[in-house]
Amino acid sequence: MRETKYWTWHIVAGAVILFLLGLHMLVMHLYQLLGTWGLNPVGGAAVAWLNVLARSRMTAMVVIYILLLGAALYHGLYGLRTILFELGPGKALQMAVNVVFWIGGIGLFVLGTVAAIAAKML
Amino acid sequence: MNQQTQLWREITVYLRRYNPERDAKPHWQHYLLPVDYGMTVLDGLHRIRETLDPTIVFRFSCRMSVCGSCAMLINGKPALACNTQISAVATETLALAPLPNFEIIKDLVPDLSSMFRKHTSIQPYIRRADMEEVEKPTGEFLQSPEELTRYLQFAYCIKCGACMAGCPTLATDPEYLGPMPLTQAYRYCTDSRDAGFHDRKKVVGAGHGAYRCHYAGECSNVCPKGVDPARAIQLMKRDLVLDYLKLKRRHTPAVVAGPPTDAKRNPKAPEPPPYTV
Amino acid sequence: MALSKNYPNRLGIMGWLTGGRWGIERYVYTLHRVTGLGILFYFLLHIFVTSTRVLGPEAWGKAMASVSHPIFKFGEFLVFVAFAIHATNGIRLVLLELGWVVGKAEEPVYPYRTSLNVQRPLLVVMMILAAVFILLGGWDFIKVMGVR
Repeated sequence: MRETKYWTWHIVAGAVILFLLGLHMLVMHLYQLLGTWGLNPVGGAAVAWLNVLARSRMTAMVVIYILLLGAALYHGLYGLRTILFELGPGKALQMAVNVVFWIGGIGLFVLGTVAAIAAKML
Repeated sequence: MNQQTQLWREITVYLRRYNPERDAKPHWQHYLLPVDYGMTVLDGLHRIRETLDPTIVFRFSCRMSVCGSCAMLINGKPALACNTQISAVATETLALAPLPNFEIIKDLVPDLSSMFRKHTSIQPYIRRADMEEVEKPTGEFLQSPEELTRYLQFAYCIKCGACMAGCPTLATDPEYLGPMPLTQAYRYCTDSRDAGFHDRKKVVGAGHGAYRCHYAGECSNVCPKGVDPARAIQLMKRDLVLDYLKLKRRHTPAVVAGPPTDAKRNPKAPEPPPYTV
Repeated sequence: MALSKNYPNRLGIMGWLTGGRWGIERYVYTLHRVTGLGILFYFLLHIFVTSTRVLGPEAWGKAMASVSHPIFKFGEFLVFVAFAIHATNGIRLVLLELGWVVGKAEEPVYPYRTSLNVQRPLLVVMMILAAVFILLGGWDFIKVMGVR
């Protein structure tokens, strides 16, 4: 049942990423072509400090970034875990991968969330 | 042979040889084989064995693609030797090797015991609360043609192992159940006479079960009977997810048809003879 | 019972990549894996790089300068390509693995039409969609390179 749970959430996370990362790609890489409704207010490069600052202060963007971070970490680490497990490791290695990925994943999620919230205060 | 057989051409057959008593590892050996029109790979193997090299070893039985014994790698693709025409797959060279992802016993003979062990683990038989009825039936189970169609395709499996040889997950993960056991698990779970889904899901929904399939589709590509294991495994995953989300439709297993209650014996029909057994 | 030693015959990781005359879905499976790993690798570094915005404009400027070399820009384009392929194929896989486009079980009549035939049009559509996104993104990347 646990694997069913993990896999179902993997699919759900994938769907979430499809929308949110698609939006992120739009803002970062397609806005010269398609425009992005105020998410790159000073124009030019999407990574220009003022653009980044403006986005960091929007509550909606902060929420979106945190959601995207969580979904992408779960989806990506589950995928990597699947690839590693299919190489046929023993039970001990499997448990080690599980522990490292959970701890690493949660750690990176905390890092990113704290950064997103701190950036809002800038 | 009574038939007049006409020579098509001579081709070079490369056979993967391995004798566990003599060889450290498998190696190729080639033969120049005269091929007649209409010869299958199995016919070719028999001709090699009868006229060129009596030491080659291969499995065969029915020679009409119903037993599943002769599955092997024919020019790089898993197929049955008995229903593959040599002229359809080769013009100059024919490479024959044992099915990959199984240990080799000798020459072209793979050790299929791992596949059968995994097959047994998914309980490939009807499971219901009244197993007494299954063991000693009192009547037939009622099943509509629609209910039959839901699993019949997957019941055509001849357990040849070609799908297991094509699967990329089995290339690296020896514990993965594989297309054949997963398809048979679905065949039984979706059979309206069965009530064993909740038992089988413990194996099929576990770490090396259905979720290690990623639809590479090779199993369905190479299946010689059109069983379409890829379809069965995705439908199995669907059932597992619906069950996890508690959206799976409850299903009562098929009921037993009782004896007819309102039939009257035709008075003109003669009495049956006495039992002799 | 095997009295003599069987010879191991598993294809290993090469079985993910090659093995003979495979159908296109097999190669798409490999592509999906490779793009996923590429995106994951980029993403883990991306978390660290973008978190530097918390430290103010100077730190951000330094971080951006460290990844401004054209090889990094090309790498970002590759990540965009990887996302386009992985996402469109991912949509197809979700539809497949939840059983919506595999087709109904039917009596197999030779020549067999399997779920591979049923989902092939979807695969073609998804690959075309991916190509469109890649072209759009490539155009944007070139434009941005000109702006810089």
